[in-house]
Amino acid sequence: MKVKYFAWVRERVGKSEETIEPPSSVRTVEDLIAWLAQRGETYAHAFETPRVIRAAIDHAHVKSNAAIAGAREIAFFPPMTGG
Amino acid sequence: MTANVTIRIQEADFDIAGEISALTKGRTDIGAVVSFSGICRGSEGGETIAALTLEHYPGMAEAEIARHVDTAMSRWPLSGVSVIHRIGRIAPGENIVLVLTASEHRQAAFQAAEFLMDYLKANAPFWKREENTGGTGWVDARDHDDDAAARWTKS
Repeated sequence: MKVKYFAWVRERVGKSEETIEPPSSVRTVEDLIAWLAQRGETYAHAFETPRVIRAAIDHAHVKSNAAIAGAREIAFFPPMTGG
Repeated sequence: MTANVTIRIQEADFDIAGEISALTKGRTDIGAVVSFSGICRGSEGGETIAALTLEHYPGMAEAEIARHVDTAMSRWPLSGVSVIHRIGRIAPGENIVLVLTASEHRQAAFQAAEFLMDYLKANAPFWKREENTGGTGWVDARDHDDDAAARWTKS
């Protein structure tokens, strides 16, 4: 699946998108955040406070307990500040 | 007549009068147009702002705005809606966002414009980075923006 990062999550991870293949034990957005956080220092920094991270699956907002099965694109970003 | 919907995300500035004309052109069923413009302030909490840079999530930003426009049209009898959000570097005094709502009567237009702005601020995937004398930093989200959006879900 494709993962995208925006704003300070993108800056901390050091890339705007990548393709990942998490193990089958990673079932929810929350699981995926925990899995990404252990991929290295930059990821650990980006995901150090999971409760502030917002997620979207295929361009729609989802909660942290949402299942990731079948997702084409998952995005992680901080709370929005547009408008 | 069908509702006239425009959603655009662009770097360029927008012309408010021109957008209102485009929304009402050729129609005689519109009795009210409400226009909201969000403008870049030159200071925040006593700190001078040199500029804002807006980042967005292409694809999702348009989809999220469209979902809110659909919700607004299901709640109020609207003849048209335009939402234009700028991205990139924006200096103090420049426009950031435009919301236009058109209806037969003013009440629907006023309420729908406020609803759309409250929802866009809390849910549309845009992020502001602020340049000031101390460097640059991401603007923190405000709880009151979430509260403003939440009040529309109360019965």
